[in-house]
Amino acid sequence: MANADCIVIQGSNMAECHPVGFQWVAEAKARGAKVIHVDPRFTRTSAVADKHIPIRAGSDVVLLGALINYVITNDLWFKEYVSAYTNAATLVHDDYRDAEDLGGLFSGFDPETGAYDKASWAYAEGEGGTIDEPGAGSEHGADASARAAGHTFGSGGPALEHAQVQRDDTLQDPRTVFQIVKRHYARYTPEMVQDMCGIEVADFEYLARTISENSGRDRTTCFAYAVGWTQHSLGTQFIRAAAILQLLLGNVGRPGSGIMALRGHASIQGSTDIPTLFNLLPGYLPMPSAGRHDTLGDYLGAIASKKQKGYWADADAYTISLLKAWWGEAAREENDWAYDYLPRLTGAHGTYETVMGMLADEVEGYFLLGQNPAVGSAHGRMQRLGMSHLKWLVVRDLNLIESATWWKDGPEIESGELRTEDIETEVFFLPAASHVEKAGSFTQTQRLLQWRHQAVAPPGECQSELQFFFELGQRIREKLAGSDDERDRPLLDLTWDYPTDEHGDPEPEAVLAEINGRHLDGPDAGKPLSAYTELRPDGSTSAGCWIYTGVYADGTNHAANRKPGREQGPAAPEWGWAWPANRRILYNRASADPQGKPWSERKKYIWWDEDQRRWVGDDVPDFPVDRAPGSQPDPALGGPAALSGDDPFIMQADGKGWLFAPTGLVDGPLPTHYEAQESPVANALYTQQQSPARLVFPRPDNLSAPSAGSSGADVYPYVFTTYRLTEHHTAGGMSRWLPYLSELQPEMFCEVSPELAAERGLEPYGWATIISPRSAIEAKVIVTERMTPLAVGGHTVHQIGLPYHWGVGKNAVVSGDAANDLLGVTLDPNVQIQESKVASCDIRPGRRPRGADLLALVAEYQARAGTTIETGNRAVTDPAAEGIDPGTDSTMED
Amino acid sequence: MLRNMAPRSFLQWPVVRQVRTGDLLGRGPSVTSPRTKAIGPRTATADRVVQSVCPYCAVGCGQRVYVKDEKVVQIEGDPDSPISRGRLCPKGSASEQLVNSPGRQTRVLYRAPRSTEWEHLDLATAVDMIADRFIETRRRTWQQEDEAGRLVRRTMGIASLGGATLDNEENYLIKKLFTAAGAVQTENQARI
Repeated sequence: MANADCIVIQGSNMAECHPVGFQWVAEAKARGAKVIHVDPRFTRTSAVADKHIPIRAGSDVVLLGALINYVITNDLWFKEYVSAYTNAATLVHDDYRDAEDLGGLFSGFDPETGAYDKASWAYAEGEGGTIDEPGAGSEHGADASARAAGHTFGSGGPALEHAQVQRDDTLQDPRTVFQIVKRHYARYTPEMVQDMCGIEVADFEYLARTISENSGRDRTTCFAYAVGWTQHSLGTQFIRAAAILQLLLGNVGRPGSGIMALRGHASIQGSTDIPTLFNLLPGYLPMPSAGRHDTLGDYLGAIASKKQKGYWADADAYTISLLKAWWGEAAREENDWAYDYLPRLTGAHGTYETVMGMLADEVEGYFLLGQNPAVGSAHGRMQRLGMSHLKWLVVRDLNLIESATWWKDGPEIESGELRTEDIETEVFFLPAASHVEKAGSFTQTQRLLQWRHQAVAPPGECQSELQFFFELGQRIREKLAGSDDERDRPLLDLTWDYPTDEHGDPEPEAVLAEINGRHLDGPDAGKPLSAYTELRPDGSTSAGCWIYTGVYADGTNHAANRKPGREQGPAAPEWGWAWPANRRILYNRASADPQGKPWSERKKYIWWDEDQRRWVGDDVPDFPVDRAPGSQPDPALGGPAALSGDDPFIMQADGKGWLFAPTGLVDGPLPTHYEAQESPVANALYTQQQSPARLVFPRPDNLSAPSAGSSGADVYPYVFTTYRLTEHHTAGGMSRWLPYLSELQPEMFCEVSPELAAERGLEPYGWATIISPRSAIEAKVIVTERMTPLAVGGHTVHQIGLPYHWGVGKNAVVSGDAANDLLGVTLDPNVQIQESKVASCDIRPGRRPRGADLLALVAEYQARAGTTIETGNRAVTDPAAEGIDPGTDSTMED
Repeated sequence: MLRNMAPRSFLQWPVVRQVRTGDLLGRGPSVTSPRTKAIGPRTATADRVVQSVCPYCAVGCGQRVYVKDEKVVQIEGDPDSPISRGRLCPKGSASEQLVNSPGRQTRVLYRAPRSTEWEHLDLATAVDMIADRFIETRRRTWQQEDEAGRLVRRTMGIASLGGATLDNEENYLIKKLFTAAGAVQTENQARI
């Protein structure tokens, strides 16, 4: 980011939430870069930016779409980059119909399932056909959504059956991606931005001009976002919209370019790469789904085609090496490498479905591992009531968090909904080791693995997760030893023989070595692998997470590399290790022009050296190192061999950056604006109010507020958004127990504008009660001009800011009502992430009622608004307008 | 009090001290008390310094952990880190207290069904009880096939949440063990 000429921070308050990372923004600014903050609130990020542009929460696609339109209409896009490196010239099949043609829905919407059949979005094939997904053909959106398939693109793009696309390099054919994108965003005008986002035309023009002036051969613009973009029913599409804009401006794969995801936990990137997630296996391989991946052949055939371009074509080697790492000698060719030891998905099994499974008494046991869902997950009440249905609960944490004590002092005990003496749940609290009491690696937000050395032994009975799970696995295996039950084979055959220290604890480096992988056969048997390109699909290699292969090359723990930054260049390759292959900027071949020369001296990074006949530069080239820029291999070769010299996106099935996504997304091939699940504003673009493919959960305990145009919308007239403070960490488990931090931010508050305070009679530093259809909470009132009332669609929209760090319990140094109790559960269909950055509420002065009166207040509002389980949960807002028989809209019955 | 003090020499007069030490504004050594002079930073007397990484957000700031008598006495930013260049935010700066917080739990606690209080269990007993419950729930809630007769080989009776604050090696063992057990509902903050 320090190399950027313009930085747009949108969906993030970087200065407060990632303060030390923000030094690089400050550094860029000191060198003359423009910094623009787009956010509902004026924050410390805004304070040091060149400009703060207030935006209505949830309207980001309108703004980004208008920037795309501005760049195309004013001919400001980076023509050489776009023509060569993106799919702009690729032809999409005739059957495709845009949401602009169909009044708000893309072609293929299936009202029966409330999801898209994506087949008509495909690329055109030579003989009039379509280039489909490999394997069993196009996966229905409902199925892809259930397995959160969007999440599987963390290390590569969606699969195609082959890469022999049809192109029109003049970009004039109306079926080209470029023309489709141009038409799609034509109505996203500065006036639409003013009307939907509440952003003045002059502010929009400043933003558009600054971004485009700072893009091109000599200059680059960088975007940064955080959960302000992800936690929406349209979250994936917010980020996609930014990706389209950045590709059009040539801002991917170059110094100071890109879209930075500012992640919030020390190893949240690592826990996605090596996923403690239901839908993934390590390295973004999907968990197998029944019906789609029944055999290893089905699985490998569906996740990648040998005829597509790039390194994802070798997914068979990554998969079989993983099975060898887990099941060793028991994984043999004749049993398909123990593929059937893997359990199968049959739908969505994400954390919110799990909680609903608890309420249905299907889930008996639950482990909480350094996470506090009673405070940190959406709909806290549903979380706590769910846990009260468990037979047993294991909480492993440093402190007695609210998720460990809800049975004793949670809000439902106070309201009388639960009685401690009636709760059957057994609760185990196991104290955890802190980060300095164990050795291991975190993967930070730029894919960099950094090893921590152990400083001291854990106190008392504290244990690391490594110790605990190793021991738990040993106990389970001992207890099952001798079992002839076939279901126990995967546990008994599991490789679980890690070397231990004098206390019987496993060596973390031995686990890292297994993740890295080793040769199993031949002269190098037992030696660590040095690159994922060494992996083979024949059982001769093992690797627990293929993208991490190389971190333990030569038997050296490269995550522990610690050459001081001041002794290295800006890429600092000898500090830690970045996946893949220690590359610091992904797709960095795009930092050179199609001929292999740097786009400019100023933005020089990786280039083709004609004398050495290889790619060289300041980083590990993200390209076959000896593939010349002009190479045009036959695309039918498939895999890395098929990559042309101008295919920088080596993990994409066609080697190109995707402006239009012919597959991979379940809610549309292009981002298009829909309103949030709850919104006081009617969608000005279409009759269709919300994203038709969003995941709704119509249940009596998950009611939604009526949106604009429905009766009762005025009962919850305000928008609230949640956020973090510098002094606290998410649900507070690592901050509200620390006296220092608790003193700095002692109590829950809400931020409101002076206008809203006047409208509702809120006193500065007095109490306010905030009511949603799920719950009501109280907070101290901060009246501040940091909150701006916005003029949207002829109305004034007031937004309320709520930090979400506090929770109700008796053990923390500071406690308070939890903002997340106000939220309902509505999910993005690509990744199953909840919409928690925008929802509707009312606010009034005074403290909330106690006991049963609290429930009565919430019920009184629900009754006044007339909200039922059907409210806001229809997939298609006006079926008649979309030519759909209303009788077929089955979302209600889900 | 004054009677007990040694007579003050001319050289100790404030103005003379300021001139003598070059502390012209009187904010430095000329006004430092003997007690302050005797205080040294905890970092100077530590037995060892260990390189670590901040456990809060995902920027990944370098930390130096100062250890004396097998206790963490201070945690500071690591100037060697090309990411953070020695800086830490308020949370990172407070992380010594995360380790030594007075409220931190270091004993295993157990709450029996319907009980109103915690009781202590020893660690080995707790792990054994959890292993028993894991096996029993898995057996009781096992699904070999779905309604279409396709292999699913799993349990929907066991779930977990957490991992974003843990090490890669830890997440690896969790995913490996739970997948082998058929417990597919393994989730973490990345979903949230």
